[in-house]
Parts: sequence; structure tokens; C-alpha cells
Amino acid sequence: MERDDLLVNDQYSIDARHSEEDGVKIRKKLYMVTVILTVITIFEIFMGVYFKRNSTFTWEVIKLGFVVLTLVKAAYIVLIFMHLGDERKNLKYVVLLPYALFILYLIFIATYEGLSVQHLNNMFR
Amino acid sequence: MSGHAQAVSKDQVWGGGSSPFGISYGKMMMWYFLVSDALTFGGLLTAYGVIRHASSEPWPVGEQVFESLPGLHGSYPLIYVALMTFILIISSVTMVLAVEAGHRMDKKGVIKWMGYTVLGGFFFLSSQAWEWSHFIHGSGGGFQISAPISVNAVDDHGDQKTMELNGGSWVHMTSDMGHAYEHALEHGDHIEIANGKLIITSAHHEDGASHGHDAHAEHSATAPTIEQYDLDIVLNKYTLVREGDKDLRKLHVTGAEAEKIMKAMSPNTVVFGANLKKNEYAVQQQYANFFFFITGFHGFHVLQGVIINLIVFLMAYRGIFEKRGHYEMVEKVGLFWHFVDLVWVFVFTFFYLV
Repeated sequence: MERDDLLVNDQYSIDARHSEEDGVKIRKKLYMVTVILTVITIFEIFMGVYFKRNSTFTWEVIKLGFVVLTLVKAAYIVLIFMHLGDERKNLKYVVLLPYALFILYLIFIATYEGLSVQHLNNMFR
Repeated sequence: MSGHAQAVSKDQVWGGGSSPFGISYGKMMMWYFLVSDALTFGGLLTAYGVIRHASSEPWPVGEQVFESLPGLHGSYPLIYVALMTFILIISSVTMVLAVEAGHRMDKKGVIKWMGYTVLGGFFFLSSQAWEWSHFIHGSGGGFQISAPISVNAVDDHGDQKTMELNGGSWVHMTSDMGHAYEHALEHGDHIEIANGKLIITSAHHEDGASHGHDAHAEHSATAPTIEQYDLDIVLNKYTLVREGDKDLRKLHVTGAEAEKIMKAMSPNTVVFGANLKKNEYAVQQQYANFFFFITGFHGFHVLQGVIINLIVFLMAYRGIFEKRGHYEMVEKVGLFWHFVDLVWVFVFTFFYLV
């Protein structure tokens, strides 16, 4: 039986090989991502230590910044390290879409219900 | 066989006998497993967010709870967690380098990078063990006061501030006197509070080493030891309290003022560190429970990852993959290992940063 995953030009299929020169290129990309992830983490730590947690607008913006930076880091890990970015489009969608759908719904419903619980708690405290 | 890009029609792709996703069965199942596992962690973190948001009691501040380094005194907010995060990122990089070496059929390279990955995993696990033990042990302990009092406190800049404490307010001890107090309670020593000092009179114990005494010292059976510690109470040690522009975090109360607080202690509220029933970090228990559950569940994944990585390392070492003709197994365990790193990125943000 001929297997599709052995036939297509896919650098991550079972029999895929790359030369030493390609390896140098790939490793360069990986080191680049390492630097990016490290810089983002150091930046986050710096922001977390320098700006004290607060109830001000500035802190709200920083908090949002943390979430965005986390998503950026997650994207690098999933797309480059787990090389989902190099997989076929249909696999990408099968992995990412259902997950995004469930989690966005979960966050929505949990926030909505959480706020109403909080409201009730405040009413009867 | 590689390098032949073939135009395959849809009928052919989904008609059986081929892999529509262009990946092997094992890799696809790994992806499905990771999606389901990611949903579990997503659910846990969402629950954490909801409970934290709905909590009417103040939630502890990450940088005020996690600010210790092993073997060092002083305040190093978030540095230890940053180190853990860095270790995990680097071990993720060594993992992806092992995958790359596998695609060049470079057995030595795979062994080397897998070895570093396993080592990084062990480092992370040990770091987490220390963090847990520190969290459980606590940094001084805290208690509620029974009656309202007013004390003079000093902030980081040396500014004085009179604080009105309600009955039931939580206050904390600094680690030196707090640990001494805990130790004295455990051993039933005599505790006296006078002249701004905590005076502990102890009859000698068998475990003389913990007092820094030589176990063979002959006088140890007779004379009781008296140890003195300066009273140092911290107000708002873990929580955020502001009054207008003024930051009222970590106000120190010492001397005679601290004596007032110690004497107003409500004895059955004293708590050191954290367990599943009570904790010194927050009035509500959910904080400690979520910490234990989420970081514990993640740590369990790391442990599994380290074991699986070790097995794959040994298989590579014995040349099993070389005989098989491909190193795809390295890639599959790599997916799991990167996922563990991915989860930590989120835990790090939501537990320690925001």
C-alpha cells in the first residue's frame, strides 16, 4: 500500500531527509525563535517586577500586554517548534479550529456566569 | 521517496489507503491527544480565572508570594519562576534540535540533544519540587488579630504611617521570627513576648543539630537555652492595598508596636505555609488549591515527559531508530514535550504575572 504521507513533498514525513546545509538553515531559524522567546520572557519578568500590580489603567494595559505576549509565545511554540505551520492546511484547521471554538465559548460562558454569581454574592452578603 | 510532489485528487485522498493529513497515524493521534489535553488545561485555567474574579477576598499578588531563591535571604520577585521558565524553553529548544538531527539520521546528534532535554526536564522538576516545598513551608506564617488596634508602621521608603487594624485582620511574621515561632510551638517551648522581642526558652531536645549545637556537647542535658528574635510583623504581605497614591504593601511593624499585635493574636488562626485546608497567603483557600492542582497537574505532565524522553533517549542510544530507518518517534515525543512547555507559558502568565 502506498502511503500518502510517504509520497508528498513534506519535510516532516517519515522518510524525509535533509542535507547538512538545510540543517544549518533550519537550526538558524530555531535559534532565532529561541532568542525571541527568551527576550519576550525577560521583558515580561522586567515588566512584572518593575510595575507593581495595581488597579490603575496602566496596569490594565500591561496585563493585556502580558496576554498578547503569551499568545505570541504560544504561536511560536505551536507553529515552529511543533511545526504545525509546516503541516497541511486541513490538519492545521482540525487542530486549531475546534480548540479555538470550545475555549472561546468556555471563556465567554464562564465570564458571563461568573459575573452573575458575583452579582448574587454581593446582593446577599 | 521524498521530494515527489504529487497532485492527488480529493477522491483519492479521502478514498482510503492514504493519509489525508499527510502525517502518520501515530503523529495524528498525538495531535488529537494534545488537543484534548489542552482543553483540560484550558478548562482549569478558565476555572481559575472565574474563581479569582468572583472572589470577594483579596487575591495574593504573584510577585509578593514568589520572591525567594534557594539558600538566599531577601526579596527577588519572580526571579526563580523566570529561571524555571527559561529552563523549560531551553529544553524545548534542545528537543527540536534532536528532531532536526533525526531528519539528518545523525544518531550522535539525537543522543546528545535528547540527553540535554532529559537533563532540562529534571532541572525543571527539581525546581518545582523546591517551589512546592517553599510554598507549603511558607515564609513566616500569619494570624488574625482578635481586637481592633492601631499601630505605627514603616514602609519601604522609611515613611511612617499609622494603620488602623480591624479585629480579624490578617498580619504576617517575617521568616526569621516566624519560623522560630513555628518551631517553638511544635516543640512546646515557652514563648514570651517582651521588650519588642520574641523570647523562646527551650529545654534541650535530642535534635540538637537543628539548634546549631554539637550533639555531643555535655551541657546539653541540663541548661535550657534562651533565644531572642526581634519582633517584625508585616502588614499586607501578599496583597495589594492602596490608599489614593500611597502604596500600603509590606508595611513593617517592629518593637513595642509589634508587641501590641502579637498580644492581640487570635491563637487558633495561626497558620504556617499552605496545605489543602488552610494557607497563610490568602484568606480564601481557592488560591492555594488552584496552585496545587494546576502546577501539580502540569508537573505530572513534565514527569511523564521526562520518563518518555528518557526511554526514547535509550532507544536512540541502542540504535533502534537507526535500524528502523527513521527517527519519527523523537518527533512524536517532541510534540508532547513542546506541549508541556506551551502549558507552562500560560500557567506562568496567569499564575505569576497578572
